[in-house]
Amino acid sequence: MRVTIEVNGERRTADDVWPGESLLYVLRERLGLPGAKNACEQGECGSCTVYLDDTPVCACLVAAGQAEGRSVRTVEGLAGGDGLDPVQEAFVATGAVQCGFCTPGLIVAAHELVHRDPGATDAEIREALAGNLCRCTGYEKILDAVRLAAAKKAGERA
Amino acid sequence: MVVSMDFLRPASLAEALELKAANPDAVPIAGGTDVMVELNFDKRRPAALLDLGRVPELATWRAENGRVRLGATVPYTRIVDELGDVLPGLAMAARTVGSPQIRNRAGVGGNLGSASPAGDAHPPLLATGADVEVASTRGTRTVPIGEFFLGPKRSALAADELVTAVLVPVAAGPQQFAKVGTRNAMVIAVCSFGLALDTTRRTVGTGIGSAGPVPLRAAAAEDFAAEVLPWDEPAANTLTDDTAKEFGELVAAAARPIDDVRGSAAYRRHALAVLARRTLRWAWQDVSGR
Ligand SMILES: Cc1cc2nc3c(=O)[nH]c(=O)nc-3n(C[C@H](O)[C@H](O)[C@H](O)COP(=O)(O)OP(=O)(O)OC[C@H]3O[C@@H](n4cnc5c(N)ncnc54)[C@H](O)[C@@H]3O)c2cc1C
Ligand code: FES
Ligand code: FES
Repeated sequence: MRVTIEVNGERRTADDVWPGESLLYVLRERLGLPGAKNACEQGECGSCTVYLDDTPVCACLVAAGQAEGRSVRTVEGLAGGDGLDPVQEAFVATGAVQCGFCTPGLIVAAHELVHRDPGATDAEIREALAGNLCRCTGYEKILDAVRLAAAKKAGERA
Repeated sequence: MVVSMDFLRPASLAEALELKAANPDAVPIAGGTDVMVELNFDKRRPAALLDLGRVPELATWRAENGRVRLGATVPYTRIVDELGDVLPGLAMAARTVGSPQIRNRAGVGGNLGSASPAGDAHPPLLATGADVEVASTRGTRTVPIGEFFLGPKRSALAADELVTAVLVPVAAGPQQFAKVGTRNAMVIAVCSFGLALDTTRRTVGTGIGSAGPVPLRAAAAEDFAAEVLPWDEPAANTLTDDTAKEFGELVAAAARPIDDVRGSAAYRRHALAVLARRTLRWAWQDVSGR
């Protein structure tokens, strides 16, 4: 079947999509967007997190046909023309990236939190990132990154 | 081998029911958090998927006649954000499901459709005496939640039927939900317990998860607590240790747990007694705080 999705602001079409195929597969294998990662395919790790109509979801658990006509934003769509998104910058600045496999999903989850609630407490940050696993960092630097990005966002709004 | 599969995309409830009647083998997909795992791991190759994500009638809730009519596809995130006051037990349970990404997609219709004994929506639905509304082209019927589950992953749903909503009484007293697992996020319950006190009718509702072939009520514990709770003197210290302990033991006695990878039957019984005792204390404190 054919699936048409607005991906990172652009209308994209994929053909010969098998109806049981995931949005993650379509993004990575058919639309050339390998940012969202495939690690568990069962919703446990969050490395495939993307925005579906402004809501973070596991792309591995969305059937491609369910995304028909809707808008998807992946990590590739966060950086603007003038460089990295502030959340991405914060991950670099705090050393929150080691192997990097979990990073795209964490960036999307953190991006949503920072925009929704730049005043989030540590407990709220942990809760917001509870669906994203990282095997390298021990999470402390990731928390530093989110605090940094949130503080910057809060400063902008003040 | 490529097996063909249809992707059916109804835009209304009437169309969804017609498609389900014409394709009884079609597997409904709502949030996809159970269905997609099965597809990704080749555990299931249905002839068709029936996407409920574009059926507006299933995606809303409203209050009617003292109950909330909660559409089958309203995601847990909205239950937490919008229904904490009127359906506190269900909202507490919803908050423990999976992770934010899972709660943004998954809802009660899928939990009922999967009919897992571990489904977190089930204990609060049992404790509040909810009804499940199911529909087909033959008509609409309501199934009391206690009659919905027939066995592990088996429900009273016929092949041509869909869950359209759950009808949950608005809370008439404190409610609680507690769940035992290895971490806070992303755990299938080792066992879970839902409690609902009705301070007007002076009744107690219970629901046990993950400790039997189906989610269970503890009728003897309900009757006991309704009888002995000091409803006329609702102060925290009027609930005696003996009452709380006896309640816990009656709840544990109602469970029919098995040994499995997540825990032994004996552990589940013990943990349920503790959860029941604690949640009764918390709820009774809320009564006295009112
Ligand atoms: C990482 C992860 C963590 C999880 N954690 C929890 C947890 O903590 N607690 C918990 O209870 N569950 C958990 N689950 C399981 C799952 O999220 C829940 O069962 C959820 O409620 C399913 O809802 P859904 O909308 O995603 O269902 P779907 O996957 O879309 O459907 C589930 C089943 O119900 C059927 N169905 C869906 N809607 C209807 C309908 N309206 N009428 C008839 N049949 C229907 C489908 O055909 C399918 O058989 C978890 C799953 C994952 C992947
Ligand atoms: S690949 Fe989707 S959650 Fe792990
Ligand atoms: S940096 Fe390696 S998994 Fe997170």
